Amino acid sequence: MQAALKEDGLRMWRHCLLSGLVAWLATAAPASAFIAYVSNEKSNTVSVIDTNNWTVTKTIKVGQRPRGIEFTRDGKFVFVAVGDDDSIQVIDVAKQEVVDTLPSGPDPELFALDADGKILYVANENDNTVTIIDVEKRSRLGEIQVGVEPEGMAISPDGKILINTSETTNMAHFIDTTTRQIVANILVDARPRFAEFKRDNSEVWVSSEIGGTVSVIDPAKREVTKKITFEIPGLRSEAIQPVGIGMTKDGKTAFVALGPANRIAVVDATTHKVTKYLLVGQRVWHMAFTPDEKYLLVTNGVSNDVSVIDVAAQKVIKTIQVGELPWGITIAQP
Amino acid sequence: MIRWLVAVIGLSIAATSVRAADAPEIGIGYLGRAGVKAKLSLVELPAENDGFAGARLAIEDNNTTGKFLNQRFTLEEVRLKDNEDAAKAAAMLAERTSFIIADLSADDLLKAADAVRDRGTLLLNAGAIDDRLREQDCRANVIHIAPTRSMLADALAQYLVWKQWKRWLFVVGSHDQDKLYADALRRAATRFGAKIVQERTFEDTGGARRTDSGVTLVQRQMPVFTQQAPAYDVLVAADESEVFASYLPYRTWDPRPVAGSAGLVATSWHAAQDQWGAIQIQNRFVKLNSRHMTALDMQAWTAARMIGEATSRTKSGEPKAVSDFLKGPDFSVAAFKGRRLTLRDWNLQLRQPILLVDGRMVVSVSPQEGFLHQVSELDTLGVDRPETKCKLH
Repeated sequence: MQAALKEDGLRMWRHCLLSGLVAWLATAAPASAFIAYVSNEKSNTVSVIDTNNWTVTKTIKVGQRPRGIEFTRDGKFVFVAVGDDDSIQVIDVAKQEVVDTLPSGPDPELFALDADGKILYVANENDNTVTIIDVEKRSRLGEIQVGVEPEGMAISPDGKILINTSETTNMAHFIDTTTRQIVANILVDARPRFAEFKRDNSEVWVSSEIGGTVSVIDPAKREVTKKITFEIPGLRSEAIQPVGIGMTKDGKTAFVALGPANRIAVVDATTHKVTKYLLVGQRVWHMAFTPDEKYLLVTNGVSNDVSVIDVAAQKVIKTIQVGELPWGITIAQP
Repeated sequence: MIRWLVAVIGLSIAATSVRAADAPEIGIGYLGRAGVKAKLSLVELPAENDGFAGARLAIEDNNTTGKFLNQRFTLEEVRLKDNEDAAKAAAMLAERTSFIIADLSADDLLKAADAVRDRGTLLLNAGAIDDRLREQDCRANVIHIAPTRSMLADALAQYLVWKQWKRWLFVVGSHDQDKLYADALRRAATRFGAKIVQERTFEDTGGARRTDSGVTLVQRQMPVFTQQAPAYDVLVAADESEVFASYLPYRTWDPRPVAGSAGLVATSWHAAQDQWGAIQIQNRFVKLNSRHMTALDMQAWTAARMIGEATSRTKSGEPKAVSDFLKGPDFSVAAFKGRRLTLRDWNLQLRQPILLVDGRMVVSVSPQEGFLHQVSELDTLGVDRPETKCKLH
């Protein structure tokens, strides 16, 4: 650990030298210095972005086809699912390199960590299963049989319910995290990719890539209460394919990535109405907020970059080149 | 007497976990042709279960979903031999199933459709690419999953025009279906601005597709056959009968690419297709069937998945409800083509992107960028609503 700290210090020192005086002066209040990790599906790397100056500070080699990516609760490690290697790799944030591997089951794509960061739930696309992993012991605790091609994963704010979406079955499966049994199956539109809870547990949103909608589900009644649709002048409806969803902590504003429509929809999360479309890069996929919620970073697969959105102004302010086919993104909580 | 090759697949794995809840059973029939199609390339010889294997995978997928909805799917296969009566076979199958996936010739498909019309049986055409089945000979109880010749030809032509290979040397086989594909390609050339600089016919004079010294002869024959052509960019061959087109690549007198029935080929599916999550269905298919997935497999998979999609949306296995949903405005299906597939309501043809493959890789996917349409870009492929001769009912 000491070695790691030393290296971290060294890196910081080098970083200071590199970014130079100008950068330091320009950001007189360095309050928003966060680190984002981006998985690059095609180049088998993870790009590290410093949000202080919006530059890539490091590119880490990982296994094959990295997609789902998440910080651990303590912020010391990053988990990245490397589907073609049938495992989840562990990146040490201090060392900025892969230090360990978790047994994930075949072809992991997305996963969710429980509130304590001790249990990891992994969607195994090839096996119609969700694998449960004890993070500390690096061991498998069990499996849950779900629909065809499980993908999206989300845990309710109270930790009681795990949502898994299955892409060809077209369902959001509600799984009781205590009994590890499915307690409800909600049919949504075609190819559900991602699920996101409101912090107050009043709603869970599920995006349907091919169906072109976001289903708003009442977790108490366990039924779809609303479907959000998207219309962009000049674009055929088939080109609008919702994937990633980000919601502000107050539950008032949501951002939905529309894939090949190259836009992020800004949605009033109370009325469920789309208020604005922001033009970003090509095939926009997933997203992450900075912890202060000043910025939203979104990955653009085909244009190989990350767009930075000023959340308050609802404007794209910056584009950062990363590796090939950027897919997932995670930002450490302070 | 009709000789049956019947295989009832109980699909034990998925089914056992369901049976406890005494799930209503939704039966799907598969009516195919016996015998293997002639191919020039050994690696393209279809497996005996070509098509059926795709339907079988879809039944497994449907049953995984059905587990959560208390629905159970079964699949029954009937293979028709030469000269066996398609009408009779369809009628017998319709006694047990309300949905029949068909891989039949155009004439047999029409006989089968008319034989089961009054029962309310729905046919899903997975095999026949004839345009007339969607035009003057269309039927209200037949949904077409297979693309048409005109869709395939348009998909190819759009790419060739995008590539600026607009001058075509056109070689047509001497069989009827070769001529049908040639008609579709001529139409496509006119629609998208390609020019046929010369047309030649390759007469099928009989003879074996396989001989021990075949290559030597072919190597002398093909350059001579393609000699003295006007300036051209690409040789386009219409040879559905598999008589000569596969001999053309690398053997033309002028060094030119080949497309159509060999070289760059338009198809609904290929084992190399791995975009848009397709790797997942390719893996599932290989695991279940120990071979690669063909276009016919995919068309049958899509047909059976459409039934599964309709039963899960309507929460019913009732034939009329399923049929109405499929033909209605709310239907769409995801089939690893990067966008939702819907039905053309004027002739019940499934809209779909078409792959262009070279035998090992997917080269491109049509419709190509820039070919625009007021309703759906997918309708730039094939016969569109204003041109249709189909009158349903």
